[in-house]
Amino acid sequence: MSETSILHIAGLRKKYGDFIALKDIDLDVGEGEFLAIVGPSGSGKTTLIKLLVGMEEQTEGSIWLRGHRLDFVPANKRPTCMVFQSLALFPHRSVGQNVEFPLKIKGVSPAARKKKALELLEMFRLPADYYHKSIGQCSGGEKQRIALARALAFDPEILFFDEPLSALDYRLRKTLEKELKNLHLRTGKTFIYITHSLEEAMVMSDRIAILNSGKFEQIGPAEEIYNRPKSRFVASFMGDVNLFDITMDQNSGQVSIPNFSIADDVAGSMAIDPLAVNTLMVRPESIRLLENTETADFVTKGKILGKYMLGSRIQYEIEQDDRNVLIVETANYSRGGTPGATVRLGFSWPQSHLILEAAS
Amino acid sequence: MNAREQRLGICSSLPLSALLLLTFIAPLLAIAAFSIMPAKVFTLAHIPDFSAYAEFVREGYWKSLAWSLGMAAVATGLLLVICWPLAYAMVRIFKRFTLIITLLVVMTLFVSENIRLFGWVITLMKGGLFEGYMHSWTGIGFDGLLYNVPVIIFGLVYIYLPFMLFPLTQGISMIPDDARYAAADMGANRWQIFKEVELPLAAPGIVVGSLLTFVLAAGAVAESKLLGGQAVIVISDDVESAFTYGQNWPLGSALAMVLIMVISVLIVVTLMKVDLDKVMGKVK
Repeated sequence: MSETSILHIAGLRKKYGDFIALKDIDLDVGEGEFLAIVGPSGSGKTTLIKLLVGMEEQTEGSIWLRGHRLDFVPANKRPTCMVFQSLALFPHRSVGQNVEFPLKIKGVSPAARKKKALELLEMFRLPADYYHKSIGQCSGGEKQRIALARALAFDPEILFFDEPLSALDYRLRKTLEKELKNLHLRTGKTFIYITHSLEEAMVMSDRIAILNSGKFEQIGPAEEIYNRPKSRFVASFMGDVNLFDITMDQNSGQVSIPNFSIADDVAGSMAIDPLAVNTLMVRPESIRLLENTETADFVTKGKILGKYMLGSRIQYEIEQDDRNVLIVETANYSRGGTPGATVRLGFSWPQSHLILEAAS
Repeated sequence: MNAREQRLGICSSLPLSALLLLTFIAPLLAIAAFSIMPAKVFTLAHIPDFSAYAEFVREGYWKSLAWSLGMAAVATGLLLVICWPLAYAMVRIFKRFTLIITLLVVMTLFVSENIRLFGWVITLMKGGLFEGYMHSWTGIGFDGLLYNVPVIIFGLVYIYLPFMLFPLTQGISMIPDDARYAAADMGANRWQIFKEVELPLAAPGIVVGSLLTFVLAAGAVAESKLLGGQAVIVISDDVESAFTYGQNWPLGSALAMVLIMVISVLIVVTLMKVDLDKVMGKVK
C-alpha cells in the first residue's frame, strides 16, 4: 500500500494533560480510497481529525502527505478540506457565495468563481437559482450538498468528513450515504470519514478503521471487520453478536462451551490457544431454530423471551439454561416460535468465527 | 386564542398604554408644538411660525449640532477599535476572568457620571494629579490637559464604553467557532477570517453598539461642560441655555427637535438594514 499511499501517519500520539487521547496511531491511506474511521464517543476520532486538518497539534509522531511532512503546515495552508458536523456554512452569505468562498480566498476572478459554483450546484442537482438563495432558506439535505460543493470548490487532496450526516433523519441519511459513495466514485478523491455509525461506514467505505480508547483495534474492509473481527470489542461494536467463552480441559484437551454440545470433528479442529482468551463469535442471522431431528455443529436449547419484528427479519431473544441470552434472527417468512416456547438452536462451524485475544 | 381573550388582552393593556402615551409621547408632542411658536412665548395659544428654526440656521446653532455629531462619530469609531479586541478576548480567551471584567465595567455605572467626570477634572487640571506631581518632581509644569476637543472625546469614550462593549461581546459570541475553523481550513488567513467571517457575523452587535454610543454621545452635555469648559458648545448645551438663561422655550424646542429628527432618521435607516432578531439571538 505504501507506494500508492497519499496519507501516512506514524506513531501519532496526543495527550491533554495526563489524559492520552490517541496513542501510537499508524495508518496508511491509499490514493483515492474511501476510509471510514469508526469509534464510540470518546474513542479519539474527533481528536484524530483535528490533528489531520491542523486544528490541534500532536504530542508525538508525524503526518505525511505524498511524502511531505504535513503536520508542520498551518491549517490554512494544508491542501485538505473538511466537511464539519455542523457543516459550518456561512449564514450571512448566499448559497453561491458559500460555494465560491474557497475560490475567493484563492483570488479567482468573480466570473470564473460564479461559473465554477454553478457547475458544482448542477453536479449536486441544485437549481441554478439557488445561487442567490440564502442558506437559511435551504433544507437539511440541501445544506449537506452545499457544504460538499463548497469543499469540492476548494479542490482538496483529501476530503475529511466529521459525522456530517449524524443530525439528519433516517431516510435522508440513507439517500445521502449513497450520494456520497457515488460522489467518491465520480471525483476519485481520497475521502476520510469519521463516524460513530458502523452502518454508515459499511455502506460507503472501502476500508474501516475501528478506533477504541485512542488506538486502532482493526483496519480492514467492511466484510472482514464484520465477519472476522480481531477482538470482542470490534465484534460487539459491529452490531448484534453472540459471544461464547471457550474453555479447554487441561488434562484431556477437550474443548467445550457451557450449555452447548459440539460435534466431535469440529471440536477437534478448533485451533484454540490455551494461553489466550478464546471466544467463539456467531452473528444472529447465522443461528438457526432446529427441527426435532435436525442437528448442527453447535447445538443448544433455550426459552424464547422476546420476539421483535425488524421488517425483513425477525429477532428473537432466547435464554439458555445458564441465563445467558442469545440473539437470533430469521428471515420473516421462516418458521419461528412464540415467547415462552422452548426451542433447539444450532449453528455451523464455518459460519462462526474464533477470536483469540491475549489474556490481560 | 379566541376573540374574548383577545378583547380582554386589549382591555388589560389599556392603563399602561395610556400611561406610556401620557408620559412618553405627550412631552415630545409638547416640544414639537412649542418649536413652531414665535420666540419667547410660554403658551401654545399663538399663531405658529417657524422663526425658531430660522434662528437655528441664522444664529449658527448648526455649528453646535455639527460639533455634537462629529465628536459622537469620532468617539464611536474609537470605541469600536478599543472594544473589539477587549470584547473578543472576553468571549474567547478570558473565560472566568470575563465575569470580573464585566463586573468592573458595570460597577462604574453605579457611580454618577458627573462624579466620575469630576474625578477626571481633578486628575487632569493644572495642579491636579498629573500636572501637580510632574511639577513637584521635575519642576516642569504645563497648563493642564483640560478644556480642548480631544479631552471631550476622551470623556465620551470613557463614559460610553459599556454601551459599546456589551453589544459587541454579544455580537462576537454569535460567531460560531466552526465558521472560523472552516474558513481557515479553506485557506483563509487571520485577516481574511476577520473580514469575511467575523466582522459580518458580528455586524448586528457592531450596529447596536455603535447606534447606542452615537445616540448617547450626540446628546451628551456633561463631558463638554466639565472637561471641555468653553472649548466648544454642543447642541444639548444650547438647548439647556435656551430653556434656562434664554427663557426662549420655542428656540430650545426647535433645537431639540432638530437633534431628535437627525438621530431618528439615522436609527430608522440603520435598523431597516439590520435584523434585530438576530441580535437578540433568535434563530430563524
